[in-house]
Amino acid sequence: MPEADVRLDRVTKRFGSFTAVDDLSLEIPEGEFFSLLGPSGCGKTTTLRMIGGFEEVTSGAIYLGDQNVTDLPPFKRATNTVFQNYALFPHLSVFENIAFGLRRRKTALGEIRRQVAFMLELVELPGYEERRPNQLSGGQQQRVALARALVNNPRVLLLDEPLGALDLKLRKQMQVELKRIQSEIGITFIFVTHDQEEAMTMSDRIAVMRAGRIEQLGAPEELYERPTTEFVAGFLGVSNLLDGEVTERDGDMVSIRLTNGVLVQAPAAATNGAAKVRVGIRPEKLRVVPRGAEVTAGATETNVLEGTVLDASYIGVSTQYLVKTAEGHTLTVYAQNLTTSGASEVLSDGQDVRLSWNPQHTFVIDDAGRSDPEAPMEEARTR
Amino acid sequence: MPGWLRHHKGVVPYLFLLPGGLWLIVFFVVPLLTTASVALQEGSLASGYRLTFNFGIFPEAIGRWDTQLLRSLQYGLIVTVLAMLIGYPMAYTIAFRGGRYKNILLLLVILPFFTSFIIRTISWKFILADQGFLLGTLKEIGLLDQGFRLLATPVAVISGITYNFLPFVVLPLYVALERIDPRLIEAATDLYASRFQAFLRVTLPLSISGVFAASLLSFIPAVGDYLNAELLGSRNETMIGNVIQRLFLVNRDYPEAAALSLILMVGILVSIFFYIRLLRGQELTV
Ligand SMILES: Nc1ncnc2c1ncn2[C@@H]1O[C@H](COP(=O)(O)OP(=O)(O)OP(=O)(O)O)[C@@H](O)[C@H]1O
Ligand SMILES: [Mg+2]
Repeated sequence: MPEADVRLDRVTKRFGSFTAVDDLSLEIPEGEFFSLLGPSGCGKTTTLRMIGGFEEVTSGAIYLGDQNVTDLPPFKRATNTVFQNYALFPHLSVFENIAFGLRRRKTALGEIRRQVAFMLELVELPGYEERRPNQLSGGQQQRVALARALVNNPRVLLLDEPLGALDLKLRKQMQVELKRIQSEIGITFIFVTHDQEEAMTMSDRIAVMRAGRIEQLGAPEELYERPTTEFVAGFLGVSNLLDGEVTERDGDMVSIRLTNGVLVQAPAAATNGAAKVRVGIRPEKLRVVPRGAEVTAGATETNVLEGTVLDASYIGVSTQYLVKTAEGHTLTVYAQNLTTSGASEVLSDGQDVRLSWNPQHTFVIDDAGRSDPEAPMEEARTR
Repeated sequence: MPGWLRHHKGVVPYLFLLPGGLWLIVFFVVPLLTTASVALQEGSLASGYRLTFNFGIFPEAIGRWDTQLLRSLQYGLIVTVLAMLIGYPMAYTIAFRGGRYKNILLLLVILPFFTSFIIRTISWKFILADQGFLLGTLKEIGLLDQGFRLLATPVAVISGITYNFLPFVVLPLYVALERIDPRLIEAATDLYASRFQAFLRVTLPLSISGVFAASLLSFIPAVGDYLNAELLGSRNETMIGNVIQRLFLVNRDYPEAAALSLILMVGILVSIFFYIRLLRGQELTV
């Protein structure tokens, strides 16, 4: 396995008696777009600041390549940072802001000019050299902050919610832009965000953090399709969770008996051997058909539940149903409006329906992954 | 808002300036013109004064008091530099490290103002006295020669002035430093600046307005001060303020005293002019 570009080895950070980052280990290979995702206060910024050298670790070690940088000050680390709200130097022009790092390293003036011009080209701001930061829009300041960090050719670029201050449209645009620049220069990005959609669209891998720990780490689709804890399932979109017990293991599949007695199948790869589990299904994976019209159900969707429509809301591209099962569970279903031609054709409230899904789309959370009752779980719908 | 004002909104800022403007006219412009007119009069207390436009008084006064004029500017300069060297680290520490003690620390800075200027300076006289608690003790244990003294030396006068005007330096510096986003300093260290370079390239330029205000607020009163030289100095430390005071109140030579006041004012203005030019260049360099 190639040397990790960034490695955190059991890093802990305490502020007084409060543990902000708790025994966190992490390896990021070179050239990866890596995101730290989590709710406010979970320790994302603190983790990033320790990698950048702005915060001392309480215990543990940080490596860049094979160099232990734990005790090095920021100016001796091969990292550069794009700060939240940019922290551009207000008394310096755009040119001098970008040239700041090069000047500190005594680069020749001709070379500085060349590199600053190259960077302004890269972030699509040529001709802005003489502007002051307060004469730039938010998006332009963001680009200058990026150029100011990248011009130093860092081994790792650290970004702390760099798009947080931008409006939605500009944000989307800059996401694409950032991704382009990252693949163009090919260095490691560590990106902090609390926006799951942003993390999903941009990252190669994501670490979902919670209360100073990594809850789950993986590629976006892995986190979405196979969350291992209720927290991750809820943080990355809506999910339906049902209690059950594993009754049988058979090759690639396991059988799980739900509390209502219904038997469902799940991929064995999604389980870890625990007996008491929760079964999860994403709302868009569920197919809903009126009871009695079973013939239209797909052949692969062999997991089946019955229920009644509580509420239907037509949203254009899809219709969102709340379906209540006989046992009182409420499930959320997103039905693509593939064939319907308008709101008139959605299933009506009170209609008896049958829900089905492909066992491969089932994820399983063992009881250890159950959230504390007081943890924020707005997104999880099952009760 | 009365109707007529609503139709003349542009007038409002001037209305706000009116009280201050009147104040300045009564207590600054009028006395200044009076001083100028007194300087150009000739005569004596007994025979009365007449306005003779005697511009010769200026070169005469400069010739007679050049030592004290230069000494005042020199002391003013030294005081300003010293106060800056003492005050900047103080203001910096309060602004960046003060935490929740900021307000208490600021209160301590201005605490001396709660007693009178004269009382404070007189107490310096006791502290620095030849056989006082400080020097006396040091002489007792043989660390200092019996003949050593601080009173009636430039050191005493300059220290006294520095002490008295230190709060005027700390407060504007604090205000300027407090406004600086600490992340800018982090950004500088992230971009390969050492702590010292970050100070030089970011903190200092961003606090330059405070440096400017602080140095004027110490330089101007320091140059015109007479109390410290009076109480802590000898005739070898006489400053222009002492001369003006004596001419006015003892010799009753009003024209010369007035002329010296104007000369001092012009001298200060010229110094400030050069100072501004110096600082303006400073902020732009990288
Ligand atoms: N200097 C500090 N002193 C004390 N506590 C701190 C300090 N810095 C951070 N914390 C605490 O550590 C925890 C993690 O903070 P951190 O800034 O890393 O959160 P975050 O995940 O970046 O959150 P956000 O999304 O709101 O930026 C928080 O509870 C915060 O209150
Ligand atoms: Mg943060």
